[in-house]
Amino acid sequence: MAAPLGLHLEFGGGAELLFDGVKNHHVTLPDQSNPWDMKQLLAWIRGNMLKERPELFMQGDTVRPGILVLINDADWELMGELDYQLQDKDNVVFISTLHGG
Amino acid sequence: MCQVEEDYNGLECNQEKIPVSGLNRKCMKCKEGTAVLIIRVSDAFCRSCFKEYFIHKFRAMLGKNRVIFPQEKVLLAVSGGAASCTMLSQVQEGLSRDAPKKLRFMPGIVYIDDGGACGRSEDERQTSISQLKNIFTQTGFPYFIVPLEKVFSLPTSVLVPGTSDPDPSNPCYKQAVDKYLKEKQKLREEEAVCAVAQLNLEDSAYLPEHKLALQRLFSSLKTLSAKQEMLQTLRQHLILHVARENSYSKVMMGESCSRLAVKLLSNIALGRGAALASDTGFSDPRFGDVVIVRPMRDYSSKEITFYNRMFHVPSVFIPGLDTKSHDKASIQRLTESFVTNLQADFPSTVSTIYRTSEKLHTVRPPQSQSTEPEPASKCLLCLCALDTTADKASAFHATLISEQLSQLRLQEGSVDLVAGSSDQCCVEDQTCGTSGCCSSKRTPVQQDLKTLLCYSCRLTVKDMAAVNTLPPYILTEAEKRQRRSQMKVEISEYLLEEDQD
Repeated sequence: MAAPLGLHLEFGGGAELLFDGVKNHHVTLPDQSNPWDMKQLLAWIRGNMLKERPELFMQGDTVRPGILVLINDADWELMGELDYQLQDKDNVVFISTLHGG
Repeated sequence: MCQVEEDYNGLECNQEKIPVSGLNRKCMKCKEGTAVLIIRVSDAFCRSCFKEYFIHKFRAMLGKNRVIFPQEKVLLAVSGGAASCTMLSQVQEGLSRDAPKKLRFMPGIVYIDDGGACGRSEDERQTSISQLKNIFTQTGFPYFIVPLEKVFSLPTSVLVPGTSDPDPSNPCYKQAVDKYLKEKQKLREEEAVCAVAQLNLEDSAYLPEHKLALQRLFSSLKTLSAKQEMLQTLRQHLILHVARENSYSKVMMGESCSRLAVKLLSNIALGRGAALASDTGFSDPRFGDVVIVRPMRDYSSKEITFYNRMFHVPSVFIPGLDTKSHDKASIQRLTESFVTNLQADFPSTVSTIYRTSEKLHTVRPPQSQSTEPEPASKCLLCLCALDTTADKASAFHATLISEQLSQLRLQEGSVDLVAGSSDQCCVEDQTCGTSGCCSSKRTPVQQDLKTLLCYSCRLTVKDMAAVNTLPPYILTEAEKRQRRSQMKVEISEYLLEEDQD
């Protein structure tokens, strides 16, 4: 697990507005001793990608209720949510279902 | 009844995270496919079962309610968002089927471009419109793209409820529309289509002065709550007009149950309690001749989003009034964050609220049961039955009285102020030009308008700095109703009392 992780992140339903309006992002997560999980990914997104208003995307250390998360096109509730261990080339999608994005 | 208790028991003990059995959970329906999403607390579905379930639900909704007849013209109100685009794709799906259960109505699409009210630039609006046009043309259905600016050229007849009766006692509007349609056809034959203050719907262009008027209207509304309410009202009027003019008798709205749950609670907070049943029910008969139906009200927004994603339903994200606003920006926004936050910890929140909405019915006030559906008994803006006829010992009257008292004091204290500011008013009026309103008329209009509105619409209008920024069709109709009721008072002593027992 030492190699850097390449991920495809996608934002939709208005969530992209918080990321300069860009929907698709290819990111590479830096090396770290422990494997990356979703909780760390979210913290990383908050620190490195979010352009504005973090409270509209995050709530505590998870995503704001009303934003759906899909990992490789499946509900993250099936994958263990924050505890899911990310693999190389995973596809993570965030879609806002809130009114006005 | 005992089910209720069961549910509560279930809530208490199942609340603490149902153990998720690993990554390879199976579909609860076919027990074979790998589950891809969890719909309710423990129901995991695989891709193909989910599709089947989703499509079945739409058809079941229409089948169960039986309000849409074969060959009926149905207008789909599409905003570009996930829910209404899914509705569009479901209608397409239902119509394309070879099965005997094929849907048989004739759909059309309407999109109201509210970019002018939300402060979007011309380029942004055009980009969204061209994206939507792509989606619409692919369906092959006729479509109407109407900018919100068109409210400034609506006729007053929009505010008059029609009748669905074959023998209507108040057929003015229908006759007018029929006549108009016939005339329009004739005109077309003669190839002299000169629009006489009528909406030309094929043309999505609008006048620049209307754009300014719309901006004035929305900047005159002081709170975001009121802006959202006004936008909703005006959009509904436009949709209604498009439907009537093109003889659509049903309008489909794509509100999901998540959205309706929020709407239910925020409408109570906005003082629309009396109109809840028609605001959130499956079918909404308030306009009489055009019935609004909400076939998506059984889907949660999660189901819709997943369906869109999995089966590539195209949708266009269009920022609205409340985009990027914080949680406490408006009543609607606050309620939404309240419901979604609660839903995260208590997954039956939305469904509980939504089931409540199913049980609501409006008690018909006695006057509307009588022969003629008088327009005066309906709210000028939302066309719901007026809820302001409550008796004197009500909270509503108490509020009114305290309002009157506080206004009295204000007037005494601000005589100088009014005198001083009158010049300013005149200047303002000169700039608004076309509407031709004068400052002496302003205050009476606001007070007069109030008597024609339901409790909630009164609150919205109260949040307006200048009532004369309202589109002319509303002001003209208000004046007309005002005159009529005045006349009624004047001649009242010569009339025979109707309701003598």
